[in-house]
Amino acid sequence: MSEATTPKKSFVSPEAIEKAVKKMNSDGLLPKILEEELLTKLKDLQITKKQLNTIVKEVRTRFENALVEPGEAVGIVAAQSIGEPGTQMTLKTFHFAGVAEFTVTQGLPRLIEIVDARRNPSTPMTEVYLDEEHRHDVEKAKEVARKIELTRIENIASNVSIDLSEMEIIIEIDLDLMHDKGLDIETVANIIAKGRKIAVRTEGNLIYIDPKLEAIKDLQKLAAKIRLLPIKGLLNIRRTQISKDPEKNEFMIYTEGTDFVKTLRIPGVDQTRLYTNHTYEIAETLGIEAARNAIIKESMEVLKAQGLDVDLRHITLVADLMTANGDVRQIGRHGISGEKLSVLARASFEITVKHLLEACLQGESDDLKGITENVIVGQMIPLGTGSIDLLMNPMIRESTPKKEKK
Amino acid sequence: MAFKLPKVIDKIQFGLLSPDEIRKMSVVRVITADTYDEDGTAIPSGLIDGRLGTIDPGQRCKTCGNRVGECEGHFGHIELARPIIHVGFNKKIYKILRAVCSECSRILLNDEEIYKVKQELVKYKKRWDQINTNLINEILKKAAKTDQCPHCGKNQTKIRLEKPTTYYEESRKKGKGKGGERKKLSPSDIRDRLERIPDDDCPLLGINPKYARPEWMILTVLPVPPVAMRPSITLESSIRSEDDLTHKLVDIIRINQRLRENIEAGAPQLIVEDLWELLQYHVTTYFNNEVSGIPPARHRSGRALRTLTQRLKGKEGRFRSNLCGKRVDFSSRTVISPDPNLSINEVGVPEEIAKQLTIPERVTEWNIEELKDLVMRGPANHPGANYIIRQEGLRIDLRFVKEKRNVADSLEPGFIVERHLKDGDIVLFNRQPSLHRMSIMAHKVKVMPYRTFRLNLCVCPPYNADFDGDEMNLHVPQSEEAQAEARTLMLAQEQISSPRYGGPLIGANWDYVSASYLLTRKGSYFTKQEAMQLIISSGYNKDLPEPEIKEPVELWSGKQIFSLFIPKGTHYTTRAKICQKCSECLKENCKYDAYVTVRDGILKTGVIDKKAIGSQIEGSLLGRILVDYGTDAAREFLDGITKLLVKVLSYKGFTMGFWNIDIPREAKARIDEILDEAEKKTRETIDAYRQGILERLPGRTQEETLEMKIMEVLSTARATASDVAGEYLGMENEAVIMAKTGARGSMLNLGQMAACLGQQSVRGERIQRGFRGRTLPHFKPGALDAASRGFVRNSFRRGLTPIEFFMHACGGREGLVDTAVRTSTSGYMQRRLIHALLDIKAEYDGTVRGANGEIIQFKYGDDGVDPAHTEHGKSVNIDAIIDRVLQTTVEE
Repeated sequence: MSEATTPKKSFVSPEAIEKAVKKMNSDGLLPKILEEELLTKLKDLQITKKQLNTIVKEVRTRFENALVEPGEAVGIVAAQSIGEPGTQMTLKTFHFAGVAEFTVTQGLPRLIEIVDARRNPSTPMTEVYLDEEHRHDVEKAKEVARKIELTRIENIASNVSIDLSEMEIIIEIDLDLMHDKGLDIETVANIIAKGRKIAVRTEGNLIYIDPKLEAIKDLQKLAAKIRLLPIKGLLNIRRTQISKDPEKNEFMIYTEGTDFVKTLRIPGVDQTRLYTNHTYEIAETLGIEAARNAIIKESMEVLKAQGLDVDLRHITLVADLMTANGDVRQIGRHGISGEKLSVLARASFEITVKHLLEACLQGESDDLKGITENVIVGQMIPLGTGSIDLLMNPMIRESTPKKEKK
Repeated sequence: MAFKLPKVIDKIQFGLLSPDEIRKMSVVRVITADTYDEDGTAIPSGLIDGRLGTIDPGQRCKTCGNRVGECEGHFGHIELARPIIHVGFNKKIYKILRAVCSECSRILLNDEEIYKVKQELVKYKKRWDQINTNLINEILKKAAKTDQCPHCGKNQTKIRLEKPTTYYEESRKKGKGKGGERKKLSPSDIRDRLERIPDDDCPLLGINPKYARPEWMILTVLPVPPVAMRPSITLESSIRSEDDLTHKLVDIIRINQRLRENIEAGAPQLIVEDLWELLQYHVTTYFNNEVSGIPPARHRSGRALRTLTQRLKGKEGRFRSNLCGKRVDFSSRTVISPDPNLSINEVGVPEEIAKQLTIPERVTEWNIEELKDLVMRGPANHPGANYIIRQEGLRIDLRFVKEKRNVADSLEPGFIVERHLKDGDIVLFNRQPSLHRMSIMAHKVKVMPYRTFRLNLCVCPPYNADFDGDEMNLHVPQSEEAQAEARTLMLAQEQISSPRYGGPLIGANWDYVSASYLLTRKGSYFTKQEAMQLIISSGYNKDLPEPEIKEPVELWSGKQIFSLFIPKGTHYTTRAKICQKCSECLKENCKYDAYVTVRDGILKTGVIDKKAIGSQIEGSLLGRILVDYGTDAAREFLDGITKLLVKVLSYKGFTMGFWNIDIPREAKARIDEILDEAEKKTRETIDAYRQGILERLPGRTQEETLEMKIMEVLSTARATASDVAGEYLGMENEAVIMAKTGARGSMLNLGQMAACLGQQSVRGERIQRGFRGRTLPHFKPGALDAASRGFVRNSFRRGLTPIEFFMHACGGREGLVDTAVRTSTSGYMQRRLIHALLDIKAEYDGTVRGANGEIIQFKYGDDGVDPAHTEHGKSVNIDAIIDRVLQTTVEE
């Protein structure tokens, strides 16, 4: 075999390669990424014109052959592809996420949570990335974390007691704890006094509260209330954890519990990278497209963590369906299945009788366009080979004139 | 030839029946509460009056004159003496009563509001083609709050509903003094009010007056369903047992009669009202026997009656069990067993079953002789026939034909012969649970002796089948169209690639993998005789290539033999499953022979193991062949190698036994040392914890820290012990071969058998529960050491102590419970997913749309590619194409 030095074999120039590829994909059938991948892979090669043409042609035909067939029941395939591995998933709820200290719901329960579009997922958390100023220093990161994490009186007080003789509540503040949270005693006292008809005074690390109450019972009630009084941070965020992102080499904060909107407003937070696993909050703050992406990301991660291989296309379809009309709709009777146009489809899922009676009152009609309805009445379903109709009138008599012999 | 136009249901309209309509469609007014006379004939105007249709075969319907099959039954009716509330609409009636004026029955909104709301309803309907139920509920709520009617000025009263069906009217007093005057509203009163509601107001109340008037929610006439809907069954003792609905109707008629008589006799108000309420109870339970607040009507035996709502509702209800799923003929079920000699496309069907399942075949001039033969053989001999259907529709049962010759000769084109299943027929094969579409695949019949279905081992993964007693179902498609579709779309070879992840789901597993390793590994050579023997058994009928070793004897390598089955032109590179993942890969020169290269269909280097031919493996040789050469080639490859590999394995011999997990004494000593060390470390950690000097991990309590530390120490100890055992178990060890090639088991399993079973866990923790402060009474209270919390030091080989055995059983039990719970939750999730997504399909224009044409995606998966046609999600494998083109053209 002759080597590349033979003058007979001339290699095509990179420009020619690009031209050939662009020509092949002039109708834009192939996605941009694929086109670019092909270009980068061809550019480093020394190939003849014939080889180039074969490759380009082959890529095109392969892609065309891989396209979905019209009528394909992509919905059912997606549902099966997500549902079937469900049987292989663990039921163990807790698993460790990015940081070892955090437990996050995983596996089947989490997947159900996502498709349910729950408003209160069992383990909401946020990943807070920080802006340029705060991301490189632990102390500065801590500063931001303090603003996020909820601090109650009980978190900084070593003791909350009641002085029965004076009818006062005495809070003994642990100064170390308090300073760690970036607070001083005056602010704490002010927060306690705010909006309350009570006299508050401070003395060293003690705060005296005189609510001017008569009954001891009321006093005890108030003491309990004050113990849980939030003084700093966001109400929903129970705990924060600072960790170092090994890839980007920067500090970030994980929080247990979420308050997406308020976290966005905290100074020092990089708003562009703030993320939560609470898809519903994302939908409310960032809009439906973001929610769709969050659903895809979350479900993909759950499946991957279980070592299950599900094509992205199936999950996108589910996410697109859930968000199709601008709201996040649940997969189930309070969402997609409950809002179907067809009475029979709704009745065959859950709460059968209610749907039928309602349909009667409202004089609804079922156009039998869906699958369930046609199965129920015993007709061909409009899917796959059933979605093709032959239009002809068998009553018309055969009237084609016989061809003249020649 | 006259065409019979197929009937197509275009639309189903829902609505309420008006009393007039009920009377109009009724064929008999039922007045007698009885069913049969003493002599067993139906009482006229009784509940099984002949005019209601017939259920006795041979009897003709008195209304339409048809027999059982044709007559679908006719409704009758009962004239109720007093109006009765329909329970299903109870809530709606309540809401409407609150929202309309008690005097003029107009909705309690002013004209301006009515106009606005109407506009909004129209707008919503236009946008979503649905009625805005939320808005209607809001309207009803808002109207209920109005104190004075904006239309007639009447002060409104408060309506109270006392469960289940009693309504009261109270005056609204500002003083909040409990209850003003309380007046009972009878169904008649309510009906009067509903009657007065003008049609124009109805849409605001969620009623379409074209199909349902509000007053029709209160019944004055009760339809009596035809007998076909409530058939009586005759028991062996020839005692008739009536259906639950009939029982209920008897009650209704009886009370209705008494009520009417009492009213006519001018009985006191109190008695009339009592009877009225009783009638209400019976009608209520007739519709729904699970209404809260009233006791369900019971059968004599104490069983609650199954009335209308119960018939429709739930998993066993009409909808889910009879309408969404239907029973079929031409099906069979039996135990399955394996047969490696079948193709993946075939299924072995017992002759007994083949003789009962039939395929209708139309007689033509081309098959008439063949069919005559089959008819001659009759139903008792295998390739025979069971029925003949003549052109005029007459069905001849061949079992009772004395002279088969005559019948066979009478056969002429146009007849239909229902012939036995024979080799090559297409059938659908299914195993429950049918979780994905590969759970039902089409196979070609192969009629075989004995009584089980036989299937190729490669199709076990899609069905998730094994042979520990599994049963499977088989269906025979009857029409030519159905058979053609099954053949082209559902055939097992068409399902090799899974749409879930774009890779082969059907593939060679288990012993095939061990065998292919034995065949293709270095130093595996065969003499001419041996090679021929192997190849002939797999149906290969071409010449052997040049032998790899010519002197002193001709020897063929296993790689050469395997290569015979790879399609020519295949280029493939991968790292085998046995790859040691060295830091620097030597590629072709790998000393473990783990770098697999196939050039132009010849296996050059590397061993074939699970990575190349297994199922559910991405980037396998099988996948490569499937994508490059299509399903036929992939099936041939798979069928060829599996037959070959079975022979290889029986030729070479392969077994596993006790010796495979036996390790030398020195290894045991090393393992003991490791475990001793770990236990010592555990004790130290516990001591530190007891003294309170254990350093807490961030965000953890002392206890949690202790547990985590101990778990870590013990699990690393187990892992090292396993590794030590692994060192002494070489690649000649059958168990290791199986584990390393991916045939079955793992090195972890082997370690557990040979070295140390390790920590048993429940809920991801060491075993905690049992007695107070300890797991078993064999330990001291408060014991935290390894053994007391379920660490199993022994291996399976050495044997477990009773305590260890118990701990192991704890872990095992958790696994069982887990699977049981998981199947139900994931089953429900799948049902919901399917129901939500089932209407969605890809259209000709590339969009993905729902049932009513609403767009879900503009391009399926954003690139329009079907995952089943991809290579692990990638639509085109550019590397493979470039590789192939360069490899093939260089040689030109």
